[in-house]
Amino acid sequence: MRDVAIIGIGSTKFGELWDMSFRDLGMQAGLSAVADAKLAAEDIDALYVGNMSAGRFIEQEHVAALIADYSGLARDHVPATRIEAAGASGGLAFREGYLAVASGMHDIVVVGGAEKMTDVADVMATEIQSSAADQQWEVVFGATLASLFAMIARRHMHEFGTTREQIAQVAVKNHRHGALNPIAQYQKEIDLATVLRAPPVAEPLGVFDCAPLSDGAAAVVLCAMDRARSYTSKPVRIAASAQASDTLALHSRTQITTFNATKVAAEKAFRQADRTPEQVQLAEVHDNFTIAEILAIEDLGLFPKGQGGRATMDGETALGGKVAVNTSGGLKARGFPFGATGVAQLVELVQQLRGEAGKRQVPDASLALAQNAGGTGATVVVSLLEVA
Amino acid sequence: MATARFWRDNPSRYNLKAVRCGNCGKVFFPPRAVCSVCHRKSIGKMECMSLKGEGELISFSVVHDAPSQFEIHKPYVVAIVRMDEGVMLTSQLIDVDPKEVRIGMRVRTTLRKVGEDGPAGVIYYGYKFAPVRA
Ligand SMILES: [Zn+2]
Repeated sequence: MRDVAIIGIGSTKFGELWDMSFRDLGMQAGLSAVADAKLAAEDIDALYVGNMSAGRFIEQEHVAALIADYSGLARDHVPATRIEAAGASGGLAFREGYLAVASGMHDIVVVGGAEKMTDVADVMATEIQSSAADQQWEVVFGATLASLFAMIARRHMHEFGTTREQIAQVAVKNHRHGALNPIAQYQKEIDLATVLRAPPVAEPLGVFDCAPLSDGAAAVVLCAMDRARSYTSKPVRIAASAQASDTLALHSRTQITTFNATKVAAEKAFRQADRTPEQVQLAEVHDNFTIAEILAIEDLGLFPKGQGGRATMDGETALGGKVAVNTSGGLKARGFPFGATGVAQLVELVQQLRGEAGKRQVPDASLALAQNAGGTGATVVVSLLEVA
Repeated sequence: MATARFWRDNPSRYNLKAVRCGNCGKVFFPPRAVCSVCHRKSIGKMECMSLKGEGELISFSVVHDAPSQFEIHKPYVVAIVRMDEGVMLTSQLIDVDPKEVRIGMRVRTTLRKVGEDGPAGVIYYGYKFAPVRA
């Protein structure tokens, strides 16, 4: 295995982008990442695309070749591969691209993530989201992904004394961060009362506890470290990327307030990087629902189990706190185009590690973590990035 | 949902058919061919059994934003229940005021309609939970 760097990043704006098609989104993110790395098309050895459900959102499968085509790579016949793991599709595509370069098979790889979600009605989009859960033994009985996370939230409150206000504070904090991010879907702060008084989706969670439906794409360019400096003066080293799985159905586990796939992937990542959770300065975590961020910061080892809510309320996860979590605004405020999310997390972290995050900048950022999850944590990818 | 995809699972949906690992005793619902504890040692040793149908509420949620198929039922209560045999299940909790639902309450399965394939389509039956009343 050899060292791998991120040498280019690109992203579309996130939101309801009615004038942009799926292929427009993928092309725009990919081309801006390639431009950022100052690559020529013939430098690209392979393309990996994270996408959850283009088949149901726009009735189009075979989307990796499509994005390669519209990015102008058809005559180069670049191998293009789609990766699917529900909400973790993007993080997983990144890990596959990383493995391809680390193994020595490829030198330069583009990893994209894209999802076009607003071409269907909201109720349809929610049903597609729920297909990340077990259709035969959860969804068929009326469970939605929101209701599964609502049950996690209620159980977390029961076991650890986590309060409704602490859970809601995740949304308040992430909207505050999103207000500083020019590509975020929501660039507007909200207060605690707004979250608590919002219409219920699945009690105890309301509208502001749920990440929105979004269109968007993001891309990163990976390169063997020994060649990285010929493209950029600020390569970001991939210190680790680890993946773990768990039962598809939440109820098949012994308990529902820990995602063991997050714990296992984090342990592997920290071991690979020879780092500890205490050294992480900032993290992008998978807050598809507010409670998911609380689980993530606990299961990653950033805070003790049961203390995630308290730490959030005390400002320890805000910009300026002990560890800045979701400086991009997270899925909640930046937006949540499923397949794009895991890659968008890395785009944010690279901006931070290059010192180019503007008003969101974490001072002297040198070690950052990304956690990307599918469904109720049946797939989790944890990656660690550091200044090279 | 396509009909065959549903009725294929009817033994477990109607009669709570489960399996117990003959090697370590762990219970699985729905049935599995391999035990996640014993792996290869469990192959051919998974023994059929039926869950008795009673358990304890682990968590619940009142659903307001429902898939189209469940639109007319909302708001409804979904729950995760730990059955007395140790496995957990997800289904709806019925015959109860949502305000009365508590973690830890005793519940029992009951066979009900769980869905249908379009307005004039096939009706599907399966388990739901109801409180055990003293
Ligand atoms: Zn066993």
